[in-house]
Amino acid sequence: MATNSKTVLDSRVPSGPLEQKWENHKFSMNLVNPNNKRKFDVIVVGTGLAGASAAASLGELGYKVKAFTFHDSPRRAHSIAAQGGINAAKNYKNDGDSVYRLFYDTIKGGDYRSREANVHRLAEVSTNIIDQATAQGVPFAREYGGLLDNRSFGGAQVSRTFYARGQTGQQLLLGAYSAMMRQVASGNVELHTRAELLDVVTKDGQACGIVTRDLISGEVIAHSAHAVVLATGGYGNVYFLSTNAMMSNVTAAWRAHRRGAFFANPCYTQIHPTCIPASDDFQSKLTLMSESLRNDGRIWVPEAFDDSRPAHEIPENERDYYLETRYPAFGNLVPRDVASRNAKNVVDQGHGVGPLKNGVYLDFSAAVGRDGHDAISAKYGNLFDMYESITGENPYEVPMRIYPAIHYTMGGVWVDYNLMTTIPGLYAIGEANFSDHGANRLGASALMQGLADGYFVLPYTIGDGLADQLGEPAVSTDDPVFTDAVSAIEDETAKWLSINGTRSVDYFHRELGRLVWDHIGMSRNKEGLEKAVSEIGALKEEFYNDVRVLGSADTLNLSLEKAGRVSDFFELAELMAHDALERKESCGGHFREEHQTIEGEAQRDDDNFAHVAAWEWNGKDALQTRHVEKLDFENVTPTQRSYK
Amino acid sequence: MSEIITVNLKIWRQEGPEKSGCFEEYTQKITTEASFLEMIDLLNEDLNNQGLEPVAIESDCREGICGTCGVMINGQAHGPRKATTTCQLHMREFSDGDEIVIEPFRAISFPVIRDLVVDRSPFDQIIESGGYISVNTGAASDANLTPVPKEAADQAFDAAACIGCGACVAACPNSAAQLFTSAKLAHMASLPQGQPERWKRTETMVETMEEFFGSCTNHGECHEACPKEINLDFIAFMNRDYMKAKVKNRALSGQR
Repeated sequence: MATNSKTVLDSRVPSGPLEQKWENHKFSMNLVNPNNKRKFDVIVVGTGLAGASAAASLGELGYKVKAFTFHDSPRRAHSIAAQGGINAAKNYKNDGDSVYRLFYDTIKGGDYRSREANVHRLAEVSTNIIDQATAQGVPFAREYGGLLDNRSFGGAQVSRTFYARGQTGQQLLLGAYSAMMRQVASGNVELHTRAELLDVVTKDGQACGIVTRDLISGEVIAHSAHAVVLATGGYGNVYFLSTNAMMSNVTAAWRAHRRGAFFANPCYTQIHPTCIPASDDFQSKLTLMSESLRNDGRIWVPEAFDDSRPAHEIPENERDYYLETRYPAFGNLVPRDVASRNAKNVVDQGHGVGPLKNGVYLDFSAAVGRDGHDAISAKYGNLFDMYESITGENPYEVPMRIYPAIHYTMGGVWVDYNLMTTIPGLYAIGEANFSDHGANRLGASALMQGLADGYFVLPYTIGDGLADQLGEPAVSTDDPVFTDAVSAIEDETAKWLSINGTRSVDYFHRELGRLVWDHIGMSRNKEGLEKAVSEIGALKEEFYNDVRVLGSADTLNLSLEKAGRVSDFFELAELMAHDALERKESCGGHFREEHQTIEGEAQRDDDNFAHVAAWEWNGKDALQTRHVEKLDFENVTPTQRSYK
Repeated sequence: MSEIITVNLKIWRQEGPEKSGCFEEYTQKITTEASFLEMIDLLNEDLNNQGLEPVAIESDCREGICGTCGVMINGQAHGPRKATTTCQLHMREFSDGDEIVIEPFRAISFPVIRDLVVDRSPFDQIIESGGYISVNTGAASDANLTPVPKEAADQAFDAAACIGCGACVAACPNSAAQLFTSAKLAHMASLPQGQPERWKRTETMVETMEEFFGSCTNHGECHEACPKEINLDFIAFMNRDYMKAKVKNRALSGQR
């Protein structure tokens, strides 16, 4: 078991009324004079929405930025795959939206496990993001009058989601990427591609740089700076099968954790309700179908058990539209965790559809009948095409089959109100941090948070930390803190190549994923979690002794890259199990079977668990210490979530 | 319905940029439900088990949007299925006993790094040379202040759908990058926000492109290979804008 600490983490949330906290904080923070900004080096790791927007904005301010991506181009980051949209409290639809409503919906959607002040700030800057992206040329959907269009999304009763067909992530990322490339051209951003972070370096407790491995030459290189920003995404790939990209990983965040950055709420993982079910055993990843489909699709399963008739042969009165029946107010638009658990329940009860009986129907026949083929095609055309190219089935004619899959991780590196981790000078933004979504993220809010952090929060707060360092040069990369870190990474690389066992890295990753999905997946219980701890530990030992990584360290070696990532996933998975065990309540994406209402809904325990759990690394084989940040709700009263 | 087929693979193996490469032959059994890359995953698993180095091949999102994957399959960039990236290609496109020749994207400006992995960084350099609208963070006005006709927004989106995979270059007999460059230019030139820098952007991006890539001779292979079906008309659009830019930029710089 973990050891508990009585340390109370200081979130550094400013005092004052909720609506004025960010405004007042911006005024009270230290500033760096425009002419002095060029004297500061800032490292930004990751070039997705958060990283690219931060690198661009910091470069525009005049900081000397070094941006790192392990992809061949910054534009490949997984933000690109986001389909549905981005929320903003513009109230262009005149349907009663406001900053406060977006704040409220996010707090409630997160099941009262996020910080009020952070979420309010997110809602405040949401409107600036749309302005910024539009000015960059992001081709958002428009109405015939030339103004921006919106749609509604799960967990909200207003239309506040901006979108660019089914490619909102790609278009926003291209906007941030182009803004960053403009700074590359100006000389303020130095771009390093195919460079993977393998260590974060600190001196006297302060972050002073990173160690990367050049994925082509294998060279291990030290980079120093006055501040380091991690924008390295989430850890959904710990499940092996997820909607994350193949290369997405926890390594940067985890290596920072091992250097002293607390890791918060690792058990908060989000299952996305609308993914294409797996079709075979060696499936490499799962594909998400945008949640926006739930606006027009109706979810149902056959009422009969183990019904093998094709969908069109099942008459209307033998179908169970279970979300519409159970949740009349929100219907098919209930939040993700609610939609996912209900799908799991009906499939577990034997109502699943498809060849492997592992899905539920998402049916567009009513929408096509109502709005016509062309209207549906204009909204969802590319999603329907994608579905057809993967499954060979045409969703205009037969209902889609969907099932939940791991999609997003709310947990991550703990940060304070300034987005700084427990290591001074080290920041975490976007999905890599734990902050704003509590125990469950609302649809179309990931893009919002990544860009809010990168464009409008970090560029202000980082100055507050840097101002004190004026006149101090960055630590030299000849310093022992760097040379020691470099040789440790070189040793680690050599170690993987020398094990020469019998199984591939992918084999271990797949087995680990199975354990994590079975025991720390959509629903958890004490027995399963304890089993997870012991089985993950045993598999980890086997991995260290029996993995086979071929080739050499001085060329492109994809298995070698992956070995390090999977090794970090093992350590993370163990912490996820401990975190889930210690959180003896259900909230959002964390569903403990022991803690549910009579109706089977998640039951929180606000008296004992209205807090963030942040874990401290104590060494490789030592138990981690659980620290607590208490969450105060001064503006919203936590209630049992109800979407009935 | 799914079936198990056996395919005969001829795959380009090359240890590094300076090394010479050759085709190696493999046989792989696979269900038609699998994707093309999952077939390669299985091959790599088998190679690893036999103590042979896996084939280096890149992919990331496996949803057809990140542009990381891309190989020549039987001489076609991204393979036989129209408007489909390599990762979205499924084995149901192939039959039992088929020979499948797999090569890296071939172009002078995309040097091979290893096996099927190439270096496409010149694309980033084209973007760096002007593929942006200069607006600092915080300087934007309200998004609805500038209405954009739906048709213009739709055209901008059609161009912006490019995923930067490089199939257009690989498919072109001249290794030209006109389709990639023109898509970026047309995206921005279609929008009011892109007008102030339109002529400067057109000139610098076209000339940067020409430093790396061959010339366009209107074969149209790029469009055929493009997984996002970027329209050839954008190339005509770019050529027209480039001529105009030459005149306008002289005028803007005070020369007549």
